[in-house]
Amino acid sequence: MDGNTNKSEYILSCENISKAFGGTQALKGVQLHVKPGEVHALMGENGAGKSTLMKIVIGLYKQDTGTMEFDGKPYQAKGPVDAINCGISMIHQELNPEPHLTIAESIFLNREDTNGILLNKKKQNERTQKILDDFGFPYPATTLIRDLKLADVQMVEIIRAVSTNAKMIIMDEPTSSLDDQETKHLFKTIRDLKAKGVAIVYISHRMAEIYEICDHVSVFRDGEFIGEGELNEITNEDLIAMMVGRKVENLFPKVDCPIGDVVFKAENLTGDGFENISFEVHAGEILGFSGLVGSGRSETMKAIFGLDPATSGKMYLNGEEITVKDPADAIKKGICMVNEDRKNFGLCLHRSIRENISLPNLPARQKGILLNQAREKKECEEYSKLLTLKAASIEHSAFSLSGGNQQKVVIAKWIMAGPKLLIMDEPTRGVDVGAKAEIYTLMCKFAAEGMAIIMVSSELPEVMGMSDRIIVYNEGHISGEFMREQIVNGSVTQEDILSKAFGV
Amino acid sequence: MANSPKVGQISKQDKMRQLMGQYGIGVVLLIMMIVIAFMEPRFLTLDNIINVATQISINGLLCYGLCICITTGGIDLTVGAQLALTSCIIGQTMTNWGWPAFMAILAGVAVATAFGFINGCLIAKFNMFPFVVTLSMQLVIRGLSQVITGGKAVMITNEWFAKIYSGKFIGIPMPIIIFIIVTIIMYLMLHWTRFGRYIFAVGGNVNAAIASGVSRFWVLVGTYTISGLLAGLAAMIYTSKTGAAQSNIGVGYETDAIAAAVLGGTSFAGGIATIPGDVLGIFIIGLIYNGMNMIGVSSYFQSIVKGLIIIGAVMLDMVMNKNNH
Repeated sequence: MDGNTNKSEYILSCENISKAFGGTQALKGVQLHVKPGEVHALMGENGAGKSTLMKIVIGLYKQDTGTMEFDGKPYQAKGPVDAINCGISMIHQELNPEPHLTIAESIFLNREDTNGILLNKKKQNERTQKILDDFGFPYPATTLIRDLKLADVQMVEIIRAVSTNAKMIIMDEPTSSLDDQETKHLFKTIRDLKAKGVAIVYISHRMAEIYEICDHVSVFRDGEFIGEGELNEITNEDLIAMMVGRKVENLFPKVDCPIGDVVFKAENLTGDGFENISFEVHAGEILGFSGLVGSGRSETMKAIFGLDPATSGKMYLNGEEITVKDPADAIKKGICMVNEDRKNFGLCLHRSIRENISLPNLPARQKGILLNQAREKKECEEYSKLLTLKAASIEHSAFSLSGGNQQKVVIAKWIMAGPKLLIMDEPTRGVDVGAKAEIYTLMCKFAAEGMAIIMVSSELPEVMGMSDRIIVYNEGHISGEFMREQIVNGSVTQEDILSKAFGV
Repeated sequence: MANSPKVGQISKQDKMRQLMGQYGIGVVLLIMMIVIAFMEPRFLTLDNIINVATQISINGLLCYGLCICITTGGIDLTVGAQLALTSCIIGQTMTNWGWPAFMAILAGVAVATAFGFINGCLIAKFNMFPFVVTLSMQLVIRGLSQVITGGKAVMITNEWFAKIYSGKFIGIPMPIIIFIIVTIIMYLMLHWTRFGRYIFAVGGNVNAAIASGVSRFWVLVGTYTISGLLAGLAAMIYTSKTGAAQSNIGVGYETDAIAAAVLGGTSFAGGIATIPGDVLGIFIIGLIYNGMNMIGVSSYFQSIVKGLIIIGAVMLDMVMNKNNH
């Protein structure tokens, strides 16, 4: 860093921070300098050390070497509460709300209003209401968290952070579960915070967002500090090259392959959150589903996979009518699904990579009543290699992997099942740029082998870059359908898809 | 175990810590044996070791049942009462109704298995908390055993039946043989079958398990049924040992079984357990009793010491494994 003669220029400065876990060196002498009122992007692939550094900043981990300074004073948080008291709040990627609390209780958690020892709920609710009104948040303070939409829960977290008079807020992938409109609202909030002089450390894998909202960027790779700079001076390509250490030629390496017969057909599917859904998907085709979060896309997919069966309508697989009563049934028939919620529906985090990959594939890998573990091991290794899984051993727990590699484990498990129809709900959520491109390449490869793939995604560039055909949802109905040619020749743009998604 | 060591250059200190994390409980067992042997040389005689092994067979079988229930994220508090009910059925049918010993055992074990099945159905079908279901069911089962015997002890004089405890096969007491066979079967079941994997999956993340085609219902029903079956077998050994069926036996036996499972690395968070770990836990609990009896600690103090050792051992385990998270 040049020109660090004037330390007070920064609200937070971290110098030469190192941290090892067991034999893994997670951070190697990294630095970070954040100015007040700045939105500072922290970028790097999964496993680059961003989260580790942030956890050190809020006191969840203690660094092995290095010093930090916050607000002009030496700083070392003993834990998140201490960090909040010092003026640093973090909004985690996986929101951890207490669903049974009210908004007021959630915002004043750990610092409740009291009359001596009893809670003063009335005062607390009034104070909260005032804060909510200031933010233009349209719910009463007594609303239960569980009655809020995900985006609003996140808003509550932000409001809580602001209400603690935070001087710096760390946001770890804040938009990963938000739709475009909600993201816009979040950005407005961030700009307001910025105007008040609050510094934001913004972690995200979405390039467009980084350029839209952030001022400055620091890039990490493999636990090392690679560089920093003003975003308006760094091109997209350079930034990606800094992150992955090489040029990613094509963000969406879509390969066109011959499209075959109809594999799966839905006719008037109706269920909780969707109505009269009819569509077909062919062998070799990647069918994209676009729409706002909560528009019924995921619900439709869950119905097809039997997680939450449809109330009416017909489904056909290879021309034969089928019913799917539960996921076991779906898997047996050749329908597999990568769930959007990896942590809750994708992995048993504390079991090994091998056990996770083979979980749905055990029946075929038995010798009598015992498992053929030698074969299981061999095949799991093959599939993890096929998916370029980066793990020292498949016997390690899934917990030890980065988000992108965890997603590869989930995909490996379904590819091993050899599905006819593979449903991928948000296949690249929380996955870094390098791994994203790898997952896209694999999708094309599987399609070329004759698999039918349904991809549900909230990221428009992804849907537009990867789909042979796009179906757009609006409030539980199909509101539009576009072909790849229309996108390639430019006759259909992002705006067209968005307007269908908004039902215009 | 899920927390296997990471690769790369590992410092000596980390290596030591990992070793302790994986085998910490074994070390505890070893230290205990050395301390007790130092205080009482008779402790390490073959006779005494066989004696311990015989005594732990009952708790051992119960522990395996508890272990798989805990691993699915549940608990089975009925095992103590199951012990009493099976014992009463065996005594009643054999002594008072004149059934052959084999049939009596079959009836007793079958009833225990059936109650395990009922536990599993209540938990899996109606989504009731395992703690509540089994806490209530143990009252039902205990009451039933009192109804059967009218609260009185039933003597069993059948010699063949007494041999289940006192008999030997190639010089090894029958309870040890049974314990070894069950241990092998449980090991294969948990670590080498589909069902075992499903137990880990359901306990590790039930939603992910269901989304991978695992039937939560059958896994839970199977698990509690096996726990019932094992409690029935334990009751058979116990009844053979005492030569009498009583409705007040087995009180608090679930505590020792849970303790052994937890010492053996079974996680109350679900999804983590190993049978070899359980074996170590079972031996530690057995040694606490045997060792303290031999060095003449009063049973009042034994209870205190047992509690403290369990807390200490689990704490050690947590501290040693902290770095893996």
